[in-house]
Amino acid sequence: MRYIPITCEQREAMLRAVGISEVNELFVDIPESVRLTGGLDIPSGMGEIELTSHLRALADRNRSASTLVSFMGAGCYDHHIPSVVDHVMRRPEFFTAYTPYQPEVSQGTLQAIFEYQTGICELTGMDVANASMYDGATAFVEAAFMAARVKKRTKIVVSSAIHPHWRRTLETYADAGVIEPVFVDCDGDVTSLQGIREAVVGAAAVMVASPNIFGCIENLAEIGEIVHEAGALFVVASNPVLLAVMEPPASFGADIVVGEGQSLGSAMSFGGPGLGFFACATRLVRSMPGRLVGRTVDIDGNEAYVLTLSTREQHIRREKATSNICSNHALNALAAGVYLAAVGTEGLSAIARACIAKAHYLRTRLLEVDGFSAYGDTAFGYEFAMRFNGDVATMQRTLLSRGFLAGVNLGSLDAAFDGVVLFAVTEKRTRFEIDSFVEEVASL
Amino acid sequence: MTEQLAHTPGGAPNRGPREAIYELGGAESTCVLPPELDVPEVVLDEALGGVARTRALSLPHVTELEIMRHYSHLADMNFGVDSGFYPLGSCTMKYNPRVNEDACRLEGFSGVHPLQSTETVQGALELMYRLQEALAEISGLPGVTLQPAAGAHGELTALMCFRAAHTASGDPRKKVVIPDTAHGTNPASVTMCGYDTVTIPSGPDGLVDLAALKAALDTDTAAFMLTNPNTVGLFDPQILEITEAVHAVGAYAYCDGANMNAILGKTRPGDMGFDALHINLHKTFSTPHGGGGPGAGPVCVTPELAEYLPSPIVALLDDGTFVPHDPSRTIGRVRSFFGNFGVLVRAYTYVRALGGEGLTEVAEQAVLSANYLKERLKTAYDLPYDRVCMHEFVLSGGRLKREYGVRTLDVAKRLLDHGFHPPTVYFPQIVDEALMIEPTETEPLSALDAFADALIAIAHEAATHPDTLHSAPHTTPVRRLDEARAAREPILRWTAPEK
Ligand SMILES: Cc1ncc(COP(=O)(O)O)c(C=O)c1O
Repeated sequence: MRYIPITCEQREAMLRAVGISEVNELFVDIPESVRLTGGLDIPSGMGEIELTSHLRALADRNRSASTLVSFMGAGCYDHHIPSVVDHVMRRPEFFTAYTPYQPEVSQGTLQAIFEYQTGICELTGMDVANASMYDGATAFVEAAFMAARVKKRTKIVVSSAIHPHWRRTLETYADAGVIEPVFVDCDGDVTSLQGIREAVVGAAAVMVASPNIFGCIENLAEIGEIVHEAGALFVVASNPVLLAVMEPPASFGADIVVGEGQSLGSAMSFGGPGLGFFACATRLVRSMPGRLVGRTVDIDGNEAYVLTLSTREQHIRREKATSNICSNHALNALAAGVYLAAVGTEGLSAIARACIAKAHYLRTRLLEVDGFSAYGDTAFGYEFAMRFNGDVATMQRTLLSRGFLAGVNLGSLDAAFDGVVLFAVTEKRTRFEIDSFVEEVASL
Repeated sequence: MTEQLAHTPGGAPNRGPREAIYELGGAESTCVLPPELDVPEVVLDEALGGVARTRALSLPHVTELEIMRHYSHLADMNFGVDSGFYPLGSCTMKYNPRVNEDACRLEGFSGVHPLQSTETVQGALELMYRLQEALAEISGLPGVTLQPAAGAHGELTALMCFRAAHTASGDPRKKVVIPDTAHGTNPASVTMCGYDTVTIPSGPDGLVDLAALKAALDTDTAAFMLTNPNTVGLFDPQILEITEAVHAVGAYAYCDGANMNAILGKTRPGDMGFDALHINLHKTFSTPHGGGGPGAGPVCVTPELAEYLPSPIVALLDDGTFVPHDPSRTIGRVRSFFGNFGVLVRAYTYVRALGGEGLTEVAEQAVLSANYLKERLKTAYDLPYDRVCMHEFVLSGGRLKREYGVRTLDVAKRLLDHGFHPPTVYFPQIVDEALMIEPTETEPLSALDAFADALIAIAHEAATHPDTLHSAPHTTPVRRLDEARAAREPILRWTAPEK
């Protein structure tokens, strides 16, 4: 393929206009010793027919969860994506634009993001949401950095019941010394309240996920009290679909709410791109990372949207910025906005209720057969953990051969969770599929 | 005011402001019907342990047609590469091939869960492995991670590797040196990585001031970060002396690869002595910018640093299977799962579409097109660095400001009336009233000429009708915005008007 429209003749004319005879004269500033003269060792280009079949062959070497009966979640979910979402995403005026730095010709992106921000505020109960972060893990880390900045303390108390990838990400960022995480152990399938009480002294923030990595709902009311008594910020990671039917973290005094937003209209796509959502209380907005869209008027008095409070950001504040983030996940935020409009309040609640009911049905049925036992008994949403008495990987391989993705092996994410399987059940699963799955499990 | 220009950006119908989606439809309007429940209903509050939602939730209530009309209207108010020429310097707004879009939507890619067993995702892992290989070849740096979600994330990832390597050798360091032309993400990444930023002034030629660099470098310096070609569009000819000076104090040389489009197949950062580089796939490798993202910012490093790369990278075993692999001294994870895989599919598709020769031609044409435009514009505006440029160049609107009181901002806004997206403005900060112009290789000559004609006409207009520029744009869906008001009384979400 070739995406260059300049003809040979035009190229000659352009060279003449520049006053040279050969294009290599433009590369004279490159020291001769490091000029690449032999070309790149990359196979020759392909035409569209060959290219498409090459890509298709690669894609066909994957078994797509969306074509199997999948009970996998752990931060990436097989929710239904209404057709309308991708049709909006494919409008080139959206996806071929960049950051809306010229608001007069970017009202589409700006308004869509403003509406996305509104949806996240509605779900989380928080006052402000930014225009997106990369993913849930980096949003979580940014919340820790923000808390450290706000409180001028480095200690961050973190639940051990968070996603192991998030924990690993937080630990990586912590190596720079800007934050010092202290992990609080679990008490069964939830974070130990006593552990939080002991660790919270002198902390900038306490960070929990609810639902946590076992799918369980943490006691946010009580944790919130402990945190605020100690003068720390309360950071809660949440699941945006569940928030349709679950009391939002704001009601328990959360100061910052973050999470993975892939469930809202982004494909699983092997784990990316999804988006990180990030919301906080108004009083903290000037310490917030990321872009914000605000509403204002133009000189004719028309309502219009613009990037605002940018003095927090890297292009203005440089080393004093609230984050280094520049490109974010705007297109996924657009998808989330379209998704929320497509399902609406009742629709999202119904989806959440369906997921919850199906997850509870699966768990009840699994408890009736041999092999799995309860990991704990705390209330959960549409994801739950179970112990398997046997080799998890072998069990999963057998069930895969019968067309099922039998949950996520938590032991493969963190050795501390060996033997624990996490099941997620979305609205896409039918009773028939669940029953068939349980039958297969029973026959193992 | 003089005549209004007939066409609007992209030729879109000139649609004015639109009500919020929250104001559309009625309480009964629905788009997607909720699923029928085929399992026993649960009592919500019981299932959720007493925390069922009590707060009202107010999402839009609209039909599918209303959604399409709403977003069509919003799209019509937007300007993308497909709308018209988008010479936004440093952002490489090239054409986004549609075959890339089709590829990433193949169900075998888009429907894969990241925690599936490796034998069920061999195609995805192979694609990542092949892309790692291609980026290693292009950069001359054999260790590659595809994890970072954007350029800034890549910068931070590389700095973390430097920190880990210095710490491992018992020599943790404190500061990172950058030139004053650096992009804002560079110093912001430095801070997130716990280092202090030391900014050195550039020379009068827009290049690194070697003496200033040497004076700033010492054994407490962890790294020097340089965008090369740099942000005034010049390839720094002193590059070998620069990387040598950095290495002489035991620091790492980091290349911000935002401008890789200029040098594809012509030279390689690894050969110049850089230890690490990030590549913005959403610039050089044609993946769409998405209205601000998502992109991807792979990092390429030397063999020495490769063992510190974040986990996982993709390895090929002797038996021909691809596996996620943790480098021996990995810094850990920098995000969940496998990176922005959907973006990686698009970039890989692009690499295979063009091949090695095609990529080299990209650089040649991008640089030729920039030099052509520079020649056409250098008398109407000031050209602070009058020499061969790379894929972009920076003009100064200083003369228009001094002589007619017309600022670069006014020029940019007037370009909107001509149907062009403006260049990057006021960056880099060392150029007064900067206009940073990057045409990319995918623009036809007619677009380059039309753009040059418009900018020249605007320079004349600055002399004859400065007020037209001060009040521009005139033909866009909305006009200049009250940004001060937006920041003073921030309205950051929609709320129902009080009854
Ligand atoms: C020179 C330079 N460096 C770094 C970046 C940051 O890249 P990203 O937006 O992908 O984080 C940019 C982006 O505009 C840039 O132009």
